[in-house]
Amino acid sequence: MSWAYAIASFPALPLADGFGQTLVFKDFLGLPAAPWWAKLAWDLAIIAGVFGGMLSVIAMFCIWWERKVAGHMQCRFGPNRVGPIGILQSVADGLKLMLKEDLLPRDADKWMFRFAPYVAFTPVFAAYMVLPFGPEFVFERRLAVGVFYILAVLSVEIMGVIMAGWASNNKWAIYGAMREACQMVSYEIPLGISIIVAVMAAGTLNMVDLGNLQGGGIHTWLIFRNPFTFAAFFAYFVASLASNKRAPFDLPESESELVAGFHTEYSGLRFSFFFFAEYAAMFVVGGIQATLFLGAWNDPFGIIGYFHAKFADNHHDIQLLVLNAVASGIFVTKAMAIIFVQMWLRWTLPRPRIDQVLYACVKVLLPLSCCLLLGASLWGLLVGSRPGVPWVDYQPFSWSDWQMTPVALATQVILTLIGLAGLTGIVLWVGYAAVTGRNLKQRLTDPADIIPHAA
Amino acid sequence: MTNALLAISDEQLATNVLFYALAAGVALSALAVVLSRNIVRTALFLLFTLGGVAGVYFMLNAEFLAAVQLVVYAGGTLILIVFAVMLTSKSPFIRFDPKAIEVVVAAIAGAIMLVALLAGIISTHGPVGTPGAIVRQPLDWGTSQYPVADLGQALLGDYLLPFELASVLLLVVMIGAAFLAKGRRRRAAGEEKA
Amino acid sequence: MTLTLATICIPPVGLYHYLALAAFVFVCGLLTILLKRNAIGILMGVELILNAANINLAAFNRYAHGGLPGRPALDGQIFALFVIVLAAAEAAIALAIFLNFYNNIASIDVERGKELRG
Repeated sequence: MSWAYAIASFPALPLADGFGQTLVFKDFLGLPAAPWWAKLAWDLAIIAGVFGGMLSVIAMFCIWWERKVAGHMQCRFGPNRVGPIGILQSVADGLKLMLKEDLLPRDADKWMFRFAPYVAFTPVFAAYMVLPFGPEFVFERRLAVGVFYILAVLSVEIMGVIMAGWASNNKWAIYGAMREACQMVSYEIPLGISIIVAVMAAGTLNMVDLGNLQGGGIHTWLIFRNPFTFAAFFAYFVASLASNKRAPFDLPESESELVAGFHTEYSGLRFSFFFFAEYAAMFVVGGIQATLFLGAWNDPFGIIGYFHAKFADNHHDIQLLVLNAVASGIFVTKAMAIIFVQMWLRWTLPRPRIDQVLYACVKVLLPLSCCLLLGASLWGLLVGSRPGVPWVDYQPFSWSDWQMTPVALATQVILTLIGLAGLTGIVLWVGYAAVTGRNLKQRLTDPADIIPHAA
Repeated sequence: MTNALLAISDEQLATNVLFYALAAGVALSALAVVLSRNIVRTALFLLFTLGGVAGVYFMLNAEFLAAVQLVVYAGGTLILIVFAVMLTSKSPFIRFDPKAIEVVVAAIAGAIMLVALLAGIISTHGPVGTPGAIVRQPLDWGTSQYPVADLGQALLGDYLLPFELASVLLLVVMIGAAFLAKGRRRRAAGEEKA
Repeated sequence: MTLTLATICIPPVGLYHYLALAAFVFVCGLLTILLKRNAIGILMGVELILNAANINLAAFNRYAHGGLPGRPALDGQIFALFVIVLAAAEAAIALAIFLNFYNNIASIDVERGKELRG
């Protein structure tokens, strides 16, 4: 059984032939080999143009979307003045932040105060390097420790937040920073363990290989591989909420308690860096979740996997380009769906205290993830065999072709059916609520009658 | 262009530039750790040093090690250090300056150590090609196809005993640190001396 | 000047460059231990020294003979992994001790440590 894994570990060379470089330099321009400055320029253009632009668009879209979601969940409209459905609200917010006065507290550590937003933003930006938007649309596909690398750079972000809190010379900011450090560091453990559970089912840390392994349709997705990855999906989700300072765990920036937490003293463009970092990190974390559990760029029917197996052998570069574009759309949609659930939770759940947050981590989530790890190891030992890459090693829609033990296959199918049933149930429930909500006798958005003043 | 002028290959130019940039970053940050007077800034420069060293590990084909360095050192130990700094500093701008004689002695000791180490490095060479010798040129034995799998097999195979001992040690350290830091109430200095 | 720079910078980066870097970081760590009066500063010096040793280990892992072609030896990396683990453990204990020290003496200055009784 061939594994078709990543080529090699990362040699110490930043200039290598990627898909995009081959496409542009060999196919379009006809050069035999691109000179080093051209490859470097291409890499820098991708970073600045694609990743920088995408980050900005994602952040602006998420800011608008968050306010719309918040509004509709609170039975009001959210922003609807600036632009058709308020879509230009983010532009207005951005303009406002850029035009604000650049304040610096008098006793603050000036250098650290100025530097902290960048230390918080850069690791998140670096994590986009391995996000698999498509089987070839990865900036660096050869990194053998892809998922672990993202975990590693997200740990550096904590330091930026602490620096911001400390440098503000403001006790609310320091409280926010210390709470945040406690919380993020504690929740990294269940986060890492949940990732390990999924990686054990897959057998690789490389993001592109993780995506390739799930290309055979919804029944090949890792979330349905064994019951432990199914549970790890939810454990990872909760841990990622805390590590993003998001949803019920947003004590660092608890608006009603600490003024604004660790970014109290920040205003204008510096504040927007923290904002961007938060939304970018939400996308990264959603992207990891999509890659590890929900099939990365693959659709539920295995079409992309099928065409990729067909096109990748010969040199169908244009078809590959189109396929990758479609795959990127699917990947972004999945990450956005996870972001939507994060926003949904933010406006639904109350905020616990810091000791309750840490209790939930150390006494609930950590033992749970350790049990999942134990279970996944035993599963891998007793039951599991890994099926390989769909469409390349086996045909995912002919059951006799799967070279797995019957127990593993049966588990996969049963879990897929349970998952689909659950998803259908949730969709129907939400739809029912949306439909019947319109028929409420009195909607909260209708203004109350004016009581005439008794003369 | 530059590489044609110097008659070296593209990869070598890239590797050299990357190494010197990273090395400059690490060296300058380490120097800043020595020279900085504010303890919080020292921690910040230590963060840059640790990040730079992680970059050096990436260059040395040790990617798992680099990721572990970032997670454990920069994202764990350093956070712990910064916490301790915040808990033990009465004011952020207090400074403890060493006496001048100490600075001189330390500088002399450091200079002697540096010269000795560099002399030791430069004077070591073995005949090229003999097994066991450390050659000057980078020898490329290729990279493994499954580097993380190799690491896992080594940790649970050849190095199983140190692995298990390290886990027992970590358990002991966790219990010990929790007990030590449990926090006796801080007594006033007068009461302590009585 | 440019000639010496060129003779140093043009050869491919080899073992000696990494060893020299590690030596410099080691000396910086040594100086930090000698010069800082804040106990946590001394701990940071210890961390620098451990990092220098780790760079050495990783460099030897890459450039020395060992293992087979296509499956190079991993001894240096594993050593370095264990060093990182132990450094984290030691930092935790050291900081717990420093917190106790601070709680008892109300200062983190190691010069005050001469008042400790046996």
